Amino acid sequence: MKLFKRMIKTLVLISLAKFAVAEPINPILKAEIDQEVSSPPIAKPVNNDVKQARNYPMQPPLIPHNIRGYEINLNVNKCMACHSRNRTEESQAPMISVTHFMDRDGNFLAEISPRRYFCNQCHVPQTDAKAVVENEFVDMKQLIKANAEGAQDD
Amino acid sequence: MIKLLKQAWQTFKRPSVHFSLGFLTLGGFLAGIFFWGGFNTALEMTNREAFCIGCHEMEANVYQELQSTIHYSNRSGVRATCPDCHVPHEWTDKIARKMAASKEVWGKVFGTINTREKFLDKRRELAEHEWARLKANDSLECRNCHNFDSMDFTMQSQRAVAMHSSALASGEKTCIDCHKGIAHQLPDMSGVEGWE
Repeated sequence: MKLFKRMIKTLVLISLAKFAVAEPINPILKAEIDQEVSSPPIAKPVNNDVKQARNYPMQPPLIPHNIRGYEINLNVNKCMACHSRNRTEESQAPMISVTHFMDRDGNFLAEISPRRYFCNQCHVPQTDAKAVVENEFVDMKQLIKANAEGAQDD
Repeated sequence: MIKLLKQAWQTFKRPSVHFSLGFLTLGGFLAGIFFWGGFNTALEMTNREAFCIGCHEMEANVYQELQSTIHYSNRSGVRATCPDCHVPHEWTDKIARKMAASKEVWGKVFGTINTREKFLDKRRELAEHEWARLKANDSLECRNCHNFDSMDFTMQSQRAVAMHSSALASGEKTCIDCHKGIAHQLPDMSGVEGWE
């Protein structure tokens, strides 16, 4: 009976301790469900024109500049005013990749293929917002390396 | 008709019988102030945004598009209204533009762009008029606020510095050559230089 009482006591203590350090229910805004919180400030777009490394070979390059107000619609594609083949000399912007001229059957067209027309489907700008959760992404280069070292150890 | 005109001319060139010279000169002077002042007041009245968007053609199309742009709302609260960009500030140029605007009254009366569809069909033509005007006056209306000499290149992005310090500085290009569609949506841009 004494043992049972002690067990109950420890259990209650553990649960209390757990409650004390528990994460708030909204870990992003650090707030409980009944708390009113103000929204975090709007993050600023990254506008430094510096190319970012790709996280994997087929990743669409990120846009290192502000694209506020850039129209991409039936009438006009603002991105192409700098990134199209015949505009890159003047703009010194990277040309859209050759794959963008290919239709789905692999034929090369003279212009950007309609299926590649909407740039923002793949290419996105970045902001200076802090990551709200830890990023555990591991580059495949590291994975291969770790794998090789593991094989050596065996 | 000719007789009537001759009669009027006779009265006009005869010296005044009933009114004194003082009354005529002073009266003329005061009437001049009144009419000139009234003319300019009326002119300024038409030079306000409230007047521009009094027509639904402007209110429902271009004004709506302006509202999401930086020329309508921004961190420092400096705002460009319709006439800031579309009416020259210099008096002679302003009068010329106002005379040209009589075509807009014609358009209003006959409903040239009284539906969204009609407006979109005509947008390229209307935009081309504005591009041509700004190209011809070296983007004067932009420069009323955006003074090249006061531009701090260190505050601009590298891309902007590269363009502004070369093409713009040398006068080879003017604002509107690159900055089209900054306050309103663009028409079909096929064939426009720099957009193909």
